[in-house]
Amino acid sequence: MSDLKLAYWPGCVSRGFTPELHGSMAQVAERLGIELVTLDRANCCGAGVIAEHNTELADTLNARTFALAQSTGLAMMNICSTCQGAQSECQQRLDADSAYRAHINEALAEEGLEYAKDKPGFENKNFLWVLVEDYGLDQLKAKVTRPVAGLRVGPFYGCYIIRPRHRIGYEDHPERDLYLERVIETLGGEVVEYDGARKCCGFPVITMNRETSLRQAGTHIGDALDAGADCLVTPCPLCHLNLDMQQPEAEKITGRELGLAVLHLPQLVGLALGFEPADLGMGKHIASTEWVEARLAGGVPV
Amino acid sequence: MPDYTLKVRRYQPESGEGAYWQEFKVDLDPDLSVLDGLLQVRDREDGSLVVRCSCRAAICGSCGMKINGRSTLGCKTQIAEAHEQANRRNGGTEPIVVEPMANMPVIKDLVTDMESTHWTKIRRVTPWLLPEGDPPEREYVVPPESMIDITQSMACIQCGACVSSCLSLEVDPEFIGPAALAKAYRFVGDPRDAEARGRLYDLAQDPHGIYDCTHCFSCVDACPKDVAPMDQIMRLRRIAGDDHDIDDVNNGRRHESAFTKIIEKKGTLDESLLLQESYAQGVKGKLIPTPGAIKGLVGSLPTAVRGLRTGKMRSLAKLIPGVHEKLPGDAQEHVQRIYTHAEEHREELNLYISGEEELEPEPDEAETPTPEAAIEPEPDEEGGR
Repeated sequence: MSDLKLAYWPGCVSRGFTPELHGSMAQVAERLGIELVTLDRANCCGAGVIAEHNTELADTLNARTFALAQSTGLAMMNICSTCQGAQSECQQRLDADSAYRAHINEALAEEGLEYAKDKPGFENKNFLWVLVEDYGLDQLKAKVTRPVAGLRVGPFYGCYIIRPRHRIGYEDHPERDLYLERVIETLGGEVVEYDGARKCCGFPVITMNRETSLRQAGTHIGDALDAGADCLVTPCPLCHLNLDMQQPEAEKITGRELGLAVLHLPQLVGLALGFEPADLGMGKHIASTEWVEARLAGGVPV
Repeated sequence: MPDYTLKVRRYQPESGEGAYWQEFKVDLDPDLSVLDGLLQVRDREDGSLVVRCSCRAAICGSCGMKINGRSTLGCKTQIAEAHEQANRRNGGTEPIVVEPMANMPVIKDLVTDMESTHWTKIRRVTPWLLPEGDPPEREYVVPPESMIDITQSMACIQCGACVSSCLSLEVDPEFIGPAALAKAYRFVGDPRDAEARGRLYDLAQDPHGIYDCTHCFSCVDACPKDVAPMDQIMRLRRIAGDDHDIDDVNNGRRHESAFTKIIEKKGTLDESLLLQESYAQGVKGKLIPTPGAIKGLVGSLPTAVRGLRTGKMRSLAKLIPGVHEKLPGDAQEHVQRIYTHAEEHREELNLYISGEEELEPEPDEAETPTPEAAIEPEPDEEGGR
């Protein structure tokens, strides 16, 4: 039994247009023995969009979420590359300047909250980082009951969890941009190398430049298919929206038939832990996951 | 001295052949650069290898190239570091991969055509001062602090590494791009320039302007001078939308303001309301669509129908804009108070300018080292002194 207990920020999209993410995370955490304390009063990270409007506002909103997590005495976990990136950016500014931090904390005082720099035990990590750094791949491997053997998985990180380099924590964790590959291998899958693994899904400009946005998504899916992928896996629900939900639209823009399943990270972990695809909400996806299911059932020759 | 292997993407157009890979062994001090390695190849092994360089000190911006897939300067990348990076996954003897910059035509070997993309795009943003009226008799006098804000964009050495790394340019060659937009900010933020609004209007309305940046941070990582072009693009958006109230045809400003307002009202994102408001913002109960709104809304319909069919969007809160619940208890009121506080101040902390605060030294660390400790020489790696 793991003794991991974490303050949990599910984010907005995991409860919005990708409800299967939040649902599968809850089940997978339970089976892994990770206790999650949901921060139900916490607010949106701003996704970089609120920072576009007013950086102080974004910093204060995220300071509030950190302070809520800190008041539980636990470290914090998110399940969205975009939350990770937007929150880390704010945290970097908050930690850099004590006068600025005091100014931001003024706005939190009325709620009885305060964000403290370097509070012992406090960190904010995506599930991917928690899995590798805190839970450990050995322990994960011991929990695998149905290895995803023969499944060819293309990693798709999402920009915000690997860039910018000065903010990701590579000094202490130099392999953070290789973790998805490690997890896929631990679960028994086969890593597919393709060009788009660390590129942009295009989601941030879907309402502003649909063509740029969908051409990015469609190109990466096509590249993964060309490299022989059965599916992609991503720790970012916003990437999932563009790669999965918009996949039929990306087909139209790129003029190419696609049809590649895109799994959320907890879903891939869940499959290896023995959950059925339906339990993990895979039926809610737009791009069919039947191929993945057939592969796991041994119905497709490797 | 250790051996390193460079795997270089060659292209010699006069040969009539296509591009090809060639490996070279170099014998180089680990502290020296990848560019030094390439120059050694040219001197000792193959005089036909073409690379552009001049200062070898990350000042001139001539030697932009891709090393192990990353856009950077050849002279600013230590060969030992590049070797380590090439071998992160397999830990073996993988070569250091060197290619010409991307998103621009290759002229020969590692030399790219900077004119057709980079310089053309730089000229696109009118990269000179447009002051009001006749110039003063002597120099323009401005308070020094009014120029601090643009020093970051002034640090650009025009190497093209950000252009090479840009993931938006990769799919949209017409995107004005990170270098040119950072340059645009250099003039928008200049207190002597009288055309800030005109510049912003132009860059906001262009479908390949400030709202075509996908916020991927590639240029931030690539820039050898910490210009952070993407941050400058976000500043341009902030000033265009919020200071100049420019309502662009790309729905960029509407998207940003709708997002911000939704979080003020609801605390978490109401996605269907965001979609509606990004295209057609409600004012006093009436929807005011942008020119592209109908197209945008109709374009997103098939996606919504598919979402309904699989169950992804099968709830009232996801279907009907505005039904989404706000935060529990008094949490939403506290979020609204945060808005009042932050909108009043709008403080923008730029760490490039302010730097990270020096930590108070711990009492024992603050002590002066003993004379012995102070003169203790570092043991030499090779054992000699």
